[in-house]
Amino acid sequence: MQKSLVIYPDKCTGCLQCELACSYQAEGVFNPAKSRIKVFNFHDQGRFVPYTCTQCDEAWCLHACPVDAITVDMTNGAKVVSDDVCVGCKVCTIACPFGTVNYNQATGKVIKCDLCGGDPECVKACPTDAIAYMDADLTGLEKMRAWAAKTDAALQAGA
Amino acid sequence: MAWTGKILRVDLTKGTCTDEPLNMDWAKKYLGQRGLGTKYLCEEIDPRVNPLSPKNKLIMATGPLTGTNASTAGRYSVITKGALTGAIACSNSGGFFGNEMKNAGYDMIIFEGRAKTPVYLLVRDGKAELQDGRGFWGKSVWDTEEGIKKKHGDPLIRVASIGVSGEKGVKFACIVNDMHRAAGRSGVGTVMGSKNLKAVAIRGTLGVTVDNPKKFMSAVAKGKQVLADNAVTGQGLPAMGTQVLMNVINEVGALPTRNHLANQFDGAADISAEAMAEPRASDGKPNLVTNAACFACTIACGRISTIDRTHYTVAKRPQYQIASGGLEYEAAWALGAATGVDDLDALTFANFICNEQGFDPISFGATVGAAMEMYEKGVLTKKHTGGIALNFGNAKALTKLAELTGQAKGFGAEIGLGSKLLCAKYKRPALAMQVKGQEFPAYDGRGIQGMGLTYATSNRGACHLRSYTVASEILGIPEKTDPLATKGKAGLVIAFQNATSVVDSAGICVFTTFAWSLDDIAPQIDAACAGDWSVDNLLLVGERIWNLERKFNLDAGFTGKDDTLPKRLLKDAAKTGPAKGLTSGLHKMLPEYYQLRGWSKDGVPSNKTLSRLAL
Amino acid sequence: MKYVIAGAGPAGVIAAETLRKADPKGTIVLIGDEPEAPYSRMAIPYVLSGGIGEDGTRLRKTPGHFKNLSIHVLRDRVAKVLPKKRQVILAGGAKTPFDRLLIATGSRPVKPPVPGLNLTGVHHCWTLADARNIAELAQPGADVVLMGAGFIGCIILESLLARGVNLTVIEMEDRMVPRMMNETAGNMLKSWCQKKGVAVKTKTRVTGVKKSNAGGLTVHLNKGRPVNAALIVVATGVKSNTGFLKGGSVRMQDGGVAVDDHLQSSIDGIYAAGDVACGPDFSGGWAVHAIQPTAAEHGRIAAINMAGGDARYQGSLIMNVLDTAGLISASFGNWPGVNGGDIAETVDKGHFRYTRLAFEDDRLIGALTLGLTEHVGVIRGLIQSRISLGPWKKKLIANPSSVMEAYVALSPAAA
Repeated sequence: MQKSLVIYPDKCTGCLQCELACSYQAEGVFNPAKSRIKVFNFHDQGRFVPYTCTQCDEAWCLHACPVDAITVDMTNGAKVVSDDVCVGCKVCTIACPFGTVNYNQATGKVIKCDLCGGDPECVKACPTDAIAYMDADLTGLEKMRAWAAKTDAALQAGA
Repeated sequence: MAWTGKILRVDLTKGTCTDEPLNMDWAKKYLGQRGLGTKYLCEEIDPRVNPLSPKNKLIMATGPLTGTNASTAGRYSVITKGALTGAIACSNSGGFFGNEMKNAGYDMIIFEGRAKTPVYLLVRDGKAELQDGRGFWGKSVWDTEEGIKKKHGDPLIRVASIGVSGEKGVKFACIVNDMHRAAGRSGVGTVMGSKNLKAVAIRGTLGVTVDNPKKFMSAVAKGKQVLADNAVTGQGLPAMGTQVLMNVINEVGALPTRNHLANQFDGAADISAEAMAEPRASDGKPNLVTNAACFACTIACGRISTIDRTHYTVAKRPQYQIASGGLEYEAAWALGAATGVDDLDALTFANFICNEQGFDPISFGATVGAAMEMYEKGVLTKKHTGGIALNFGNAKALTKLAELTGQAKGFGAEIGLGSKLLCAKYKRPALAMQVKGQEFPAYDGRGIQGMGLTYATSNRGACHLRSYTVASEILGIPEKTDPLATKGKAGLVIAFQNATSVVDSAGICVFTTFAWSLDDIAPQIDAACAGDWSVDNLLLVGERIWNLERKFNLDAGFTGKDDTLPKRLLKDAAKTGPAKGLTSGLHKMLPEYYQLRGWSKDGVPSNKTLSRLAL
Repeated sequence: MKYVIAGAGPAGVIAAETLRKADPKGTIVLIGDEPEAPYSRMAIPYVLSGGIGEDGTRLRKTPGHFKNLSIHVLRDRVAKVLPKKRQVILAGGAKTPFDRLLIATGSRPVKPPVPGLNLTGVHHCWTLADARNIAELAQPGADVVLMGAGFIGCIILESLLARGVNLTVIEMEDRMVPRMMNETAGNMLKSWCQKKGVAVKTKTRVTGVKKSNAGGLTVHLNKGRPVNAALIVVATGVKSNTGFLKGGSVRMQDGGVAVDDHLQSSIDGIYAAGDVACGPDFSGGWAVHAIQPTAAEHGRIAAINMAGGDARYQGSLIMNVLDTAGLISASFGNWPGVNGGDIAETVDKGHFRYTRLAFEDDRLIGALTLGLTEHVGVIRGLIQSRISLGPWKKKLIANPSSVMEAYVALSPAAA
């Protein structure tokens, strides 16, 4: 079953607990700079928008990887970076049009959301339920997909 | 673990940045942030130094929890000798600056000396360098923050800076980070300006660790649950902010009004949290856009507001037709009740200007209130004020003075003296509602007796955040006491002072204590930090910090005679409400306070007390 | 249906896999002329720096991957294409029929006409075999000359430094990575490299290489003193591998195989993908884009069409990301900009950060970044979605580094 993180910006207060939980889970330290989910603060509008990988079908990162370091977790559809295989070439960081793959200079590897193996820490850490984890077809994922299609390299008629 | 173990020393005179190991013996005795910063300051400066001389130092300090996922753990404090008070100053700020400092590898930054020309400090992951700040001198906090991010091409840099008011010596200038969070009180921004230090810009990506992660995660989770389940931290503060207090405090007759001439304000409802949520006529939108959290805060009491676009303050100035930091209770009180102004948009605008130009809305509003009283009494005239009709309730006078004070221009430069110097200048010292040079915040010591003692004994001058007995006397936290009684208040104030010293030294926000006692906080500190951090030890640490601050002030020349209140509170009875007929019972509470503190009748800590606290 | 794919690089491999998905029964032959299992040239620098072993360069890591997909991998080289007969002739002389042919033969390094480049100790850095030769000579303290500070040269630079060599870079143009970076960024890269102890000589030409008396090589320059070298790495550009098509009827363009927006060549049933294809350029017109993401997209789209689908290619966006001894740079699309379009720049030379944005009307069409590692991909998103920036254009001009904020604000994520 394809699952995904669904975000409700209206509920977000910008506290960054999601970033803390994410970085702790992934890096073992509290370090928002290494979080796979990022909260953007639109100060002038009083809006906070958490943002991370939608595990898109197009999987730009996966296809752009020259060494097969990004694979699909069949249990939830997450695109997962294998640290053992990633050489740090960063092609995926420019290939992902959503900007959700980042290069970690400290390790020489790229980092992205892997849905924590199916139990996302950001969801549990959010004090205002601004992040939910649910089946992709129940979510606003279609909205993001339509957006993704704008970037798609191929327009497929009937494909 | 928890501490980075490293401090950064910046010698502005020589232009050098040097790393030093943190003194861990001191960390064990003073925890961090307020306590540890005060220890360093006391060790390194002569308490009699002129606050604005190069010999004063300015310390930015985080706590051991800063940067962790403990709720509200993003705090930092600025410790220095205050420009407004000449006393120990310790101003605490939220936002996202403290955690960034920690992630850049530093527990603390010590600034000393004075730069020849304006500079700012740039820190990136353990690398610090002074940069030419002349291009930013004369710029507002908002433009400086934006400008530094742009100059270095990095929107993720966090900036703490001063505005023009801090450059030009307004005595109550703040250091503002993240556009509208501030180390607000006592003129810490004025000290920064005197050092020709415009800003501190930090980007940190190193990460923060704790001593026992498993224990820590569990203690933190429990703590968050307590905050979520509590009516104040779980519902009241996120929904209404600290402004939830406006109507409450007015009803108990403790809302100081028009420079404390009254203790209830008929315009209170118009400037309250309820008013901020009311849709306005022009566009159907309320003043309040959303609540906002500081780093790691699961309460989110912060206000993000807009000003009515048709309001005179912004109608022709689109740059202020934005959402930005809205009114907190203390600011709403000072800009509103203390001046008699009930125009919510004017207050919000004045608040924007305080953030934009970096000055304390409490001291500013209270000083304007004092000036208004002098104007109404004929001591000040339009000749003095540059033509401003400084009557109580005049919104346009308030907003005009906010803009002038932000630039230290015209009569704004005189407001920038603070109420004590301003009233002394015009020979009406009794009209300054202040202790040790610092203006009162939003609680009347006649209607809430504990707050009178709080102000009189606060080490940084009048302040509600040193012992917020309002919690007990009005809200019943941790237990209800009678706000009109003096009995037992000395002990209550001391308990709050000691516990708050711990909270301010840990890296977390004092607002957690609406729900948390030290029983909730100690396990989080204990799991994060090596060593014994039981409740008992923490209380001892808190008492030690309080006495260290006291010692600094005594050495700086303060005496027990400074632990007092303006005559108005001691002699003039409250006129309305539950406190009608009451004056402050300070004379009953203070001797008991000294005694319980183990101080002499003149307010000097005894040798026995000092040795008990290992001071 | 029989599919023949000439070339076992990323374009060829992805095409083969896509074909298998689209046509479970067809016969798929993947022809590559190198002895190793299909591997990525992108990974070679990391072999040189010791980050990975040769196995780490493999395009696919699962044992039996191609066999499991019934993709027949043939070690050979296509010598000639006979379009009318629907056959290819292999270097070994054998003939193989096809119904659909994909030309994905990639590119190869160019050797400039400089005397002495045939001497021992002069190498390209293109194949695993090259990497082995370089590794042998690039010993700690060895004098190494890198000819060409283009994209490939810069990528190798870091590996050479990691091996502890004494490095000199010679570049004809006035700056480093001249095709990927403008003067500002190229020169910042140069000063970064100099800070790292690399001698960088721009506007300098190698006039000849000779054996030195000490047994090594001497590199003679058009100005300044000759430089000694135990190893010379030549990285002066690449060109498409199209030799086997010479004299045939497949139409060529800009040195590559001309393809239409379905990646089909001038001849029905013959497609081209990757470094060898001159295909639709997102920024307009047609171009050879020798980059990994284009190879991957070409391979996927060509295969869909080869298997009877109808996928129209929107055009590839030229983009590169480069790690030059720890300084990360990226370029996207039409960064020089267009006539009448706005340019926004922010530069902090002291801290090696630079952003340049090029706009056409209120759309982003190109960008350069130096020192940016966070969310850099959104630049692609902003360009390729052709989104109208609206009020964000003004904000980006005021602060070009806020591209991620702009993207998030404009995407449905913020709704």
